[in-house]
Amino acid sequence: MGIEVRVEGLTTSFGGQPVWSDVTLTLPAGEISVLLGPSGTGKSVFLKTLVGLLRPDRGAIWIAGRNLPELSERELYEIRRLFGVLFQDGALFGSMTIYDNVAFPLREHTRRSESEIRAVVQEKLEMVGLLGAEQKLPGQISGGMRKRAGLARALVLDPQIILFDEPDSGLDPVRTAYLNQLIIDLNQQTDATFLIVTHDINTARTVPDNIGLLYHGHLAMFGPREMLLSSTEPVVRQFLNAQRIGPIGMAEEKDSDELAAEAASGVELPPLPPIPLQLAPSNGRPRRAEHPPGRWCAEHGVVPPAGSFQSVQGSVRQPTGAPS
Amino acid sequence: MSAPGAVRSRVAAGLSGPGRFFAFALDALRCLPRRPFQVRECVEQAWFVSSVSILPAALVAIPFGAVIALQLGSLVRQLGAQSFTGAASVLAVVREASPIVTALIIAGAGGSAICADLGSRKIREELDALEVLGIDPLHRLVAPRIVATAVVAVLLNGLVSVVGVIGGYVFNVVMQGGTPGAYLASFQALGQLPDLIVGEVKALLFGAVAALVAAYHGMTAKGGPKGVGDAVNQSVVLTFMLLFALNFVVTAVYFQVVPQRGM
Repeated sequence: MGIEVRVEGLTTSFGGQPVWSDVTLTLPAGEISVLLGPSGTGKSVFLKTLVGLLRPDRGAIWIAGRNLPELSERELYEIRRLFGVLFQDGALFGSMTIYDNVAFPLREHTRRSESEIRAVVQEKLEMVGLLGAEQKLPGQISGGMRKRAGLARALVLDPQIILFDEPDSGLDPVRTAYLNQLIIDLNQQTDATFLIVTHDINTARTVPDNIGLLYHGHLAMFGPREMLLSSTEPVVRQFLNAQRIGPIGMAEEKDSDELAAEAASGVELPPLPPIPLQLAPSNGRPRRAEHPPGRWCAEHGVVPPAGSFQSVQGSVRQPTGAPS
Repeated sequence: MSAPGAVRSRVAAGLSGPGRFFAFALDALRCLPRRPFQVRECVEQAWFVSSVSILPAALVAIPFGAVIALQLGSLVRQLGAQSFTGAASVLAVVREASPIVTALIIAGAGGSAICADLGSRKIREELDALEVLGIDPLHRLVAPRIVATAVVAVLLNGLVSVVGVIGGYVFNVVMQGGTPGAYLASFQALGQLPDLIVGEVKALLFGAVAALVAAYHGMTAKGGPKGVGDAVNQSVVLTFMLLFALNFVVTAVYFQVVPQRGM
């Protein structure tokens, strides 16, 4: 089972400018959470703070009863073994083959024999669909493959917490869909706690159990997927539905004049789109951390938008047998 | 802000760069004795640094020795002291020219390569990945590079000394009609063994400092590929300045500590 990560009042600044302040959230053990936000809101900074690569100005990060910002360098290296991190471009070591990259953590941290290492590496490479590419160098494979290889390397020490830095950036929609399915399946198999940093709305709507939205230097909202998808809070609604109408502007936030003009012009927000079903593991069995669809809405007396929680097959027009 | 306050904050900002470098250098040096030492990485780096620096060092050393011979040749002949050309040549090459040539080549060829290598790893997030995998890049990558560069610098200094003296010999004997016997016999007239030792100590220091500066700039590179280019540029310029200053200090200390041979 994964480990809970509790973040309290976290504040980080670069050169006196706060990137974000007072971020408080809890990544529930074993669940998948997504952290969204417009470009440049410090999502990657948050992720790096979480593994202790950057020190926050204030605040606490509680992992397994220990407060990460207060740990010494040595303790930090120890606690990092709980983490697996998929970096944006995979961050593979350019001078090693894919096989050596994936085997690297095992060779460094375990005393396993080469044949045991080979078995583990093969297993992880098979999981991410990279069998047969072992002897290639990172420069010789595509971006998507580098990401998957990076994922295999992150998984190899069986981490309890897995962080994904924009797993879908630079990937085509089909590969993104495969990767999202892979994330769901991995969560089912490993029961680890997942945090995905992204600005891909489709990923955010269908993959996670929880969504957080980082906006304008603070955490606008964090909670179960259904809570955010049914929220009418302007920022959340604008971002999760990719609309121009709302407080987020092209450069930063819109000023009050612009917002007033927008309200005066009488543009109506389209109704909230239906909440899609969460992606299910490909073997059909439920994940341990899975919540039944619609439960949060039912428990909190929220009426989900019409057409929510219907299976994809039902909502997509199926070709009929008769030729047109 | 008040005027003294502004001055103080500017001074503080100016000192924070060197401060960070010294903190980095101390951290890196503390990693040196830590087990297990990365022998493989060290040997690979030593091989790499020597492969890019041996030929340029030899090629620079020949004209260096020759120029000294040329400069001295005419002067010494007017004084009627041709038999001491060898002595002067050894003194100049072994004590000063050789460590300086070594420093330039190590900083220019070895340091820039180390900086570019670490810088590109930094911006590809490889260094972050290493840390997340529980491996200290200082211990894993920087410490072996310091040792490798320092060792290669010491060996290179020996090579440059030999080639420089040979260059001086060829010019003195072949071009200026000096006598081979006088050139060789006067080697010990002014020079002494500590000269060679201090030259090697200098080379050792230069190699270590060049690697430290290069590694520091590489590991703090930011802003994409251009950032790496800037880091390499800065590291080479800074290394040159540091090495020349260091050379002066070591030489001054040496003259105070070791009694010099008179004529």
